[in-house]
Amino acid sequence: MNAIAAPASARNRAVGGAWAFVRRHVLTVYSILVFTYLMLPIGVVIAFSFNNPTGRFNYVWDGFTLDNWKNWDGVPGLRSAMVLSIEIAVVASVLATVLGTLIALALVRYGFRGRGATNLLIFLPLSTPEIVLGASLLTLFLNLNFVFGFTTILIAHVMFCISFAVVTVKARLIGFDRHLEEAAMDLGANEWATFRKVTLPLIAPAILASLLLCFAISIDDFVVTYFNAGPRITFPLFVWGAARIGAPPQVNVIGSVIFLFAVSAMVTNVLVQMRREKARATA
Amino acid sequence: MGVLHRHRSLTPYLLLAPGLLYLGLFFVVPLGFLAYQSLESGSFDVGYAFTWAWGNYWDAIRGYRGHFVRSLEYAGIATALALLVSYPLAYWIAFRGGRWKNLLLLFIVAPFFVTYLIRTLAWETILADQGPVVRVLRDVGVLGPNGRLLATSVAVVAGITYNFLPFMALPLYVSLEQIDQRLVEAAQDLYASKWRAFLRVTLPLSLPGVVAGTLLTFIPAAGDFINAQLLGSPRQHMIGNVIQSKFLELTDYPSAASMSFVLMAAILLFVAVYARAVGTEKLTG
Repeated sequence: MNAIAAPASARNRAVGGAWAFVRRHVLTVYSILVFTYLMLPIGVVIAFSFNNPTGRFNYVWDGFTLDNWKNWDGVPGLRSAMVLSIEIAVVASVLATVLGTLIALALVRYGFRGRGATNLLIFLPLSTPEIVLGASLLTLFLNLNFVFGFTTILIAHVMFCISFAVVTVKARLIGFDRHLEEAAMDLGANEWATFRKVTLPLIAPAILASLLLCFAISIDDFVVTYFNAGPRITFPLFVWGAARIGAPPQVNVIGSVIFLFAVSAMVTNVLVQMRREKARATA
Repeated sequence: MGVLHRHRSLTPYLLLAPGLLYLGLFFVVPLGFLAYQSLESGSFDVGYAFTWAWGNYWDAIRGYRGHFVRSLEYAGIATALALLVSYPLAYWIAFRGGRWKNLLLLFIVAPFFVTYLIRTLAWETILADQGPVVRVLRDVGVLGPNGRLLATSVAVVAGITYNFLPFMALPLYVSLEQIDQRLVEAAQDLYASKWRAFLRVTLPLSLPGVVAGTLLTFIPAAGDFINAQLLGSPRQHMIGNVIQSKFLELTDYPSAASMSFVLMAAILLFVAVYARAVGTEKLTG
């Protein structure tokens, strides 16, 4: 048995080794190509923020300039759109994270009737096409004679952010050591003090992650906002309007700034984590 | 003690109440209003009245069958493409990423941080008639001398694929990353070739990621109208374009509302069929 198996497995291993070598490199090259594909439009956005277009269309490279960056708000309406987007994103991410954290705490910590229905209600907005979310809110606001503007945009953004907040905070709470809370209670802390001094600091990273995620989703939202903004214009709506008549290069400047800001924040976070893991491994 | 116990059993409901109330008011109730509106008749000038106008649904299906079919087609093709493109990538990161995994994942998510519309406009630049891609394709002869990419289904499907790719890649990665490598090694010890070990061990174990990714990509893709609007022409318009223009430009609310529900029903049908197909495949495989 062994005599037969040994050469076969040796050959298998040799062939497998060669195959693994080829495959490893094919996959690596392939992955680099896909990353290039993913980054290509981003490169175009950043490059064309330095373009000096001769006509009103920013499609063809006409020469390098820094003017777009110096006069980033040289286009009427761009600054106010950006301000509105940031205001909405800040308020919506805070409100959604508060509501979402409470739901996540209930789901992970307590047994209660209606858990299945609650999970369904959290899951449904995530699996409904945005256009249906936007359209249904529009009919609600129309039928109740709401005045479209800041409030309607905010209501919409909080709605579609809550589920993301719940999912983010829940993921963190599941791996959470309850003994720490029990220890605090044993030492005489009441429920509220325990929550404030023990639970909150431990789930703070999850809350921060939820805030950032909701902020990113809110500031990028076009479809739902388009249905419910009325006369107000957020940054994505500004881009949409500008695209019809030729988007100015300043749009690329803002796009690049948001991208570079978000990515550098996330890269820093990942590198700090890697460092911490390395320190833990060597300790 | 009794008081404390009662108090504790109330706590979860108190925690849930604000958030669920909010979702009820601004997610469930609006769907009810949309349903109500979809059964109204009349016109914007005269006003709409509720008349159980089921005819709206038939009109939506009969009048816009092409748009519905196109939406499902485009979303289906884009989902399949996204799966094909991102599976090897997710595999590479999960099994060869080492300590750089998180950084590599970041590069998948990074395109998300450029506003959706700006990303799509960048594709418009790349695929433009005077752009490099069209020039090369014309030189090679794939496209005729006046051939275009913009205003074709190719551009719209490519745009959808690109824009929803991370929704596919991330769940794939998560399920691949959780696979116990010892199972693959065991298969190989039992004389399975690498390819066979992949087909019989890795692939089936990554199926939950495939299912999650497919749904997360297909559902938003079927309702999308931005790619068709920016990269296509009216001949590529999807049902999202129709719903959007009926709501916001033509103010034909009942018709647009009924179309929204037909879209949801079509998506649910797809999800059900798909879940069944995957389920039986799992049973026979």
